[in-house]
Amino acid sequence: MAAKKWDATSLSATAPTMSPNLISQVADDVPAQEITYQEAIREALREEMTRDESVFLLGEDIAKHGGAFGVTRTLFDQFGPERVRNTPISEATIVGAATGAALVGMRPVAEIMFVDFSGLAMDQIANQAAKLRLMTGGQASVPWVLRMPQGGGAGKSTAAQHSQSLEVWFAHIPGLKVVLPSTPYDAKGLLKAAIRDDNPVIFLEQKFLYSFRGLVPDDDYVIPLSQCDVKRSGGDVTVVASGYMVWHAMLAAEILAREGIDVEVVDVRTVSPLDEDTIGRSARKTGRVVLVAEACRSYGPTGEWAMVVMEHAFDYLQAPIVRIAGRDTPVPFADSIEKGVWPDSEDILRAVRGVME
Amino acid sequence: MAPDTATQIKMYRQMALIREFELAAMDLFKRGQIKGAVHPSIGQEASAVGVCMALDHDDLIVGTHRSHGHNLAKGASPERMMAEILGKDTGYCKGRGGSMHIAAFDTGSLGALGVVGAGNPLAVGAALAFQMRGERRVAVPFTGDAGTNTGSWHESLNMASVWNLPVVFVLEDNKYGVSTHIRDSTNIDDLSIRAQSYGIPGVLVNGFDVLAVYEAATEAVARARAGKGPTLLVAEAYRFEGHYAGEPEVYRERSEVAEHRKHDPLTHFRRVLVDTGVASSEELDDVDSAAKDEISAAIEFAKASPDPDPSTAMDYIYA
Repeated sequence: MAAKKWDATSLSATAPTMSPNLISQVADDVPAQEITYQEAIREALREEMTRDESVFLLGEDIAKHGGAFGVTRTLFDQFGPERVRNTPISEATIVGAATGAALVGMRPVAEIMFVDFSGLAMDQIANQAAKLRLMTGGQASVPWVLRMPQGGGAGKSTAAQHSQSLEVWFAHIPGLKVVLPSTPYDAKGLLKAAIRDDNPVIFLEQKFLYSFRGLVPDDDYVIPLSQCDVKRSGGDVTVVASGYMVWHAMLAAEILAREGIDVEVVDVRTVSPLDEDTIGRSARKTGRVVLVAEACRSYGPTGEWAMVVMEHAFDYLQAPIVRIAGRDTPVPFADSIEKGVWPDSEDILRAVRGVME
Repeated sequence: MAPDTATQIKMYRQMALIREFELAAMDLFKRGQIKGAVHPSIGQEASAVGVCMALDHDDLIVGTHRSHGHNLAKGASPERMMAEILGKDTGYCKGRGGSMHIAAFDTGSLGALGVVGAGNPLAVGAALAFQMRGERRVAVPFTGDAGTNTGSWHESLNMASVWNLPVVFVLEDNKYGVSTHIRDSTNIDDLSIRAQSYGIPGVLVNGFDVLAVYEAATEAVARARAGKGPTLLVAEAYRFEGHYAGEPEVYRERSEVAEHRKHDPLTHFRRVLVDTGVASSEELDDVDSAAKDEISAAIEFAKASPDPDPSTAMDYIYA
């Protein structure tokens, strides 16, 4: 596809800014409400708990308090202490108990307060839940969801032990599925799919996105796991991103459109198992690829995606692949230095202009 | 009160079967016919059988790396177990698990875990499901003495206590974590007092005495089933063999092992059965030889079974 010509009539009076209008996922004739990412997660939980008695929640302070970020607020009032269950601070046993309940037919949704605390539960996640199906030759299935807020940025971070983006910790373990939604629509549809999935699913919630608003259909819907989503079609450059970085990519794409650069944005909304085909197809189409993730650069998601591009689209590439990622440092506290750690739309603009040269 | 004659004979039979299975597994391992490792439970047959005989079919157990005995006691087939540890397609786990990971869901064995201390949380979750669904079932995780120093072991006792769950936490004190004696890793003599921290009963029994284990387990299971919450049951025994088959045991004297072998749970129970007139020596000899035959047949079955097809290597990763 040829690059779009610069068209003065498409310029609005003001420069594009970060807003819900950057992403549109619901057709005009579909009955829908505008809700936040956090509300979308809560409604997914509410609907699945209503639909299926085997779904229940457990985690630290999730009952009346609603969890550290208020995601489960009001669910306690509706479903009571049995199904919205406060636990002691015992991450390993929260996850292990979810596994045990799942092995005998329940569908637990456990919450770990911050993904940073998952280290305490890593044996139960990576050695037990992820491996039981294989180790038992298919006798076991572990249909749980582990919800964990992650990431930081823009003043929402709380320093090094509450701000990491750790999707690759889990993506490296076969047997787990890893989901990282970027919008309210995706968060609801993916969480419902995760709860109905018969495997252990790591559901990562971007803290900074909790307050982001977007349209969510009134009717029941699920979004299949293990599929990337093309958030914006374009012919010149592919930007692959996940989580909050999808929004930065969309903002950059809007600005670049005014320069006549037609960007395609691929949202890796399921990190693992990875939908390589969608990334490969887009890379073959555009021949230019920029990868963006908030997680640390070294051994991070962008390195994996780059290899996918090499394996699926090497002969089509017209420029070297560029990656933009979080810097290789524990997250510092002060805003002035924290800002320098995360990538943003400015980085994406520079990278895309670079690969277009 | 002692269980009826048939139950006692069945206990002896199960213990003899475990002993023969373990001896056969060690022999096959030393001959290079089993790869990886074999962790024999010789000397601990009474706790496996005493506990599992106190359970119903629908009750669940969670095992460890040393769980051949637990699985057999819960009713697993020696043939399918032997096939599993030989890595055969006819094994319980289709050769994916091996000696350390035998699960037999049809008998109520949820799986054996190779990470020490990891089993308690699974039992807590299963018991939580039973409680939420109003099922009168009990979950029983086995852990060795060394596992009582892991965080999840303690977390689980606490959580089960807070939620009043039907769990019987069995701690098989065989005195060693690999090479480290429990007195060098724990500063208390009676491990059952750990229950006090969590406000639940802690019971110490002679783990060489199957009837004592059975009596204590029966009480703890009844308590759990009646909705009165969890119990910690410590069965004090001794690991007669090395940590794994062929392990050199440089950390203990032969004389120490010989001293404990005087309390062999099978010899002890045989004497009890004869002394109390439950069975004659000849009848028990017959049980012993039947156990030998059953294990020989299991080995034959396993050896005649096909290996898993290499094309299936990626099966059973996702449901």
